[in-house]
Amino acid sequence: MSATGIGAAVRRKEDHRFITGKGQYTDDISRPGETRAVFVRSPHAHAKIRKIDTSAAQKMPGVVAVLTGEQLAADKIGHLICGWMIHSKDGSPMKMAPHPAIASGKACYVGDPVALVVAETLTQARDAAEKVAVDYEPLPAVVDPAKAKAGAQIHEVAPKNTIYEWHLGDVKAVEAAFRSAKHVTKLDIVNNRLVPNAMEPRVAIGEYDTGNDSFTLWNTSQNPHVARLVIAAFIGMAPEHKLRVIAPDVGGGFGSKIFIYPEEVACLWASKRTGRPVKWTSDRSEAFLADAHGRDHVTHAEMAFASDGKILALRAKTIANLGAYMSTFSSSVPTYLYATLLSGQYDIAHIYCEVDAVYTNTVPVDAYRGAGRPEATFVVERLVEVGAREQGMDPAELRRKNFVRNFPHQTPVIMTYDAGDYNASLKKAMEIADVKGFAKRRRDAARNGKLRGLGYSTYIEACGIAPSQAVGSLGAGVGLWESAEVRVNPTGSVEILTGCHAHGQGHETTFAQVVADRLGIPIENISVVHGDTDKVQFGMGTYGSRSGAVGISAIVKALDKVEAKAKKVAAHMLEASESDIVFKDGKFTVAGTDKAAAWGDVALNAYIAHKFSGQELEPGLKEGAFYDPTNFTFPAGCHICEVEIDQETGETRVVNWTAVDDFGTVINPMIVEGQVHGGIAQGVGQALLEGAVYDKEGQLVSGSFMDYAMPRAENFPPFNIDTTVTKCPSNPLGLKGCGEAGAIAAPAAVINAITDAIGTEEVTMPATAQTVWAALQKANRMRPAAE
Amino acid sequence: MTAVSMTVNGKPVTADVDPRTLLVQFLREHLRLTGTHVGCDTSQCGACVVHIDGKAMKSCTMFAWQADGANVTTIEGLANGAALHPMQEAFREHHGLQCGYCTPGMIMAAVDIVKRKGHDLDDRTIREELDGNLCRCTGYHNIVKAIAAGARAMK
Ligand code: FES
Ligand code: FES
Repeated sequence: MSATGIGAAVRRKEDHRFITGKGQYTDDISRPGETRAVFVRSPHAHAKIRKIDTSAAQKMPGVVAVLTGEQLAADKIGHLICGWMIHSKDGSPMKMAPHPAIASGKACYVGDPVALVVAETLTQARDAAEKVAVDYEPLPAVVDPAKAKAGAQIHEVAPKNTIYEWHLGDVKAVEAAFRSAKHVTKLDIVNNRLVPNAMEPRVAIGEYDTGNDSFTLWNTSQNPHVARLVIAAFIGMAPEHKLRVIAPDVGGGFGSKIFIYPEEVACLWASKRTGRPVKWTSDRSEAFLADAHGRDHVTHAEMAFASDGKILALRAKTIANLGAYMSTFSSSVPTYLYATLLSGQYDIAHIYCEVDAVYTNTVPVDAYRGAGRPEATFVVERLVEVGAREQGMDPAELRRKNFVRNFPHQTPVIMTYDAGDYNASLKKAMEIADVKGFAKRRRDAARNGKLRGLGYSTYIEACGIAPSQAVGSLGAGVGLWESAEVRVNPTGSVEILTGCHAHGQGHETTFAQVVADRLGIPIENISVVHGDTDKVQFGMGTYGSRSGAVGISAIVKALDKVEAKAKKVAAHMLEASESDIVFKDGKFTVAGTDKAAAWGDVALNAYIAHKFSGQELEPGLKEGAFYDPTNFTFPAGCHICEVEIDQETGETRVVNWTAVDDFGTVINPMIVEGQVHGGIAQGVGQALLEGAVYDKEGQLVSGSFMDYAMPRAENFPPFNIDTTVTKCPSNPLGLKGCGEAGAIAAPAAVINAITDAIGTEEVTMPATAQTVWAALQKANRMRPAAE
Repeated sequence: MTAVSMTVNGKPVTADVDPRTLLVQFLREHLRLTGTHVGCDTSQCGACVVHIDGKAMKSCTMFAWQADGANVTTIEGLANGAALHPMQEAFREHHGLQCGYCTPGMIMAAVDIVKRKGHDLDDRTIREELDGNLCRCTGYHNIVKAIAAGARAMK
């Protein structure tokens, strides 16, 4: 391993600009002549819009335009779409309701944009927005997903507010297995609704160029090319070649910046109408109302066991809340990203899952870090843990008994696990967490009046999203390959163009490490270009822990081509046969001789083209590749959480955290650990602190950082992180992906630990002090006095 | 309009601004010092922390005119020319940032913690002191490490 190659904890190349305040986020961009946009948003969850009077607003100082949904429709701007088709059990397609960027006729959630004010300054736009008079007729709101089917119908296309009733698996086989079971564990689970809250709020700047009849959109996007495709092909703003999308530095996303949002469309449209650049910057309170939320499942799940603890079958019935409109990838999250992971790390012969997706009068719900897989892991890991307790078995032992051990392993829910050693990660985690010493720690805690608990989560996820044919057959509207271009300059330095787009993952470093490793050149001589549709031809973006497994694989494929071409150039320079050229450590040599050419010389010769004729070889050294994965990848591991609970208050402290993950090959262990830390924090946040709460009228009552508990530094102990390695067999470097693992594993580990401590399973997320205290009181009341 | 004048990163500045202009807006939009960020509208996140007369303050929670006559240091003014401040160096060395959005505020707050609490900071103290700074990316683990190391390096 070299100091900067694969496996080295290289310090990040991008950091200098961030630590000196020179990062460039979208809000840092100011366009000549720009105007500022403020959206008027519905204060009602569900209401008819009788009339919008913009006359007073138009007269306010500095106002450039006040625009409404009616004008948007008149200009024939298309609707936002959901790009993944799901069919119901009965074969009918999902019920996608029209989703205009600015509502007209009806508002469907608190925060639904109903008008757009464009003014010279932000303050003027805000002042004028106050003067837009909207006459609403409130309608009954549907908020609780479990009651959505019986609620007032929100969209004409969706009777009973039902988007689809989908299922996966063999119901008969599952029923038979349950009939033969010795023990059945049953759980009712609410997977709480979360607000992603990337620290950088969303921003959109639309600019129309009258001279070229073309648009530019600067936005906070994880996938600018997909944004361009959707805005061009479906919304019809402009043809693809007349729309440039630039996402500069992106301040976190966690999924929430994948989607194509109304504000982006509206700013582009308004820039053409006004002839001025139009910039919108979200407030945090606005982000709570308008960014896609995550999770929000209500599930009943059961697991059937044989007398020896072997898992026979699993069944789950889930209601998934998709909010008021179907966001870009919303339909895939509670289906193919969820039910396909219900086998966990276990050999389970029969699985059946039903999912009803419903509309409610809440902001749309879509992918959030883990997307479907945290929900699946929570179901499986809670069932296993509770099942072990109910049968008087050790939870680690029960897991071990059921682990998949032979690979490849075909689950009953589509996935083919390719490689893993689940016992290895469990064993290592138990050692690091000192599970043996737990009983003593528990006794010590009890002496101080505290309850200690220990919880496992042996999770699996499917990443490397995804083989295009496979996702196409499951309903995806796009392919999920990735592209890369490796441009070698005449002096030997290299630019890598990628369709992935980092928003904190450190691609500028890891991607460069792969190239440095392969070409033997200093990492300083390599730069990464991403986030601009005019620079990078096409790409699918960064989400689903795909940038390593898919994006880097594309780079490796392009590097193969670069090396092949460079060998040809070297052969001409060294007057040898191409087949005798060996490339190693940045040097081309002729096998069996001392003839050699350095990387830089070969690059230069590729461009000056003095050593070969145009008939023999094309000049230049630049190659591109598209890489389509052949399988998902399957990161897996074991997280162990230890909590201490104050019996008087119910306050829960995470006192120890151990994570042992198998991500396959690790390129930069420092960055990988950072990803795990961040994921755990979000998972613990879900388990202990966070919850988006709507009241009965559909008002978001946890709508700011004052009411929505974001994890803070003092909520965590230092984490103990380690890895085991089984390489992924389906991609060239053996990469699996690491971005979501923590968020997927953590919630179940926390709740398993809390329930272990308090001796009752009735704890819902977020397990706030009040929730835990109430569960404790109830458990104490139920406990026989003699105990 | 209100006239304001202050010293920002060692340079005197004067301007006429709408009296409702927040200090952070003044820094970002008038002076184009975009290293100071805005992450919330309720004074919770600390992305906007700058030093005013040597003390860490949330620049989103005061008007520009309230800093009239003050000495303001932003993340852009923390380094000594090309030489990074030890706290900046520590954040890079310990991978104390991912997306970088919270980072300027974290670093400015961290320097202030060291001033108040000294150079030998334990885990608990740092975590408590970070109460006013949110990071969604790092899980704080490496931020805490970076601040402890940065504090030692500032000795
Ligand atoms: S922007 Fe100042 S505290 Fe959040
Ligand atoms: S590094 Fe992204 S919010 Fe802290």
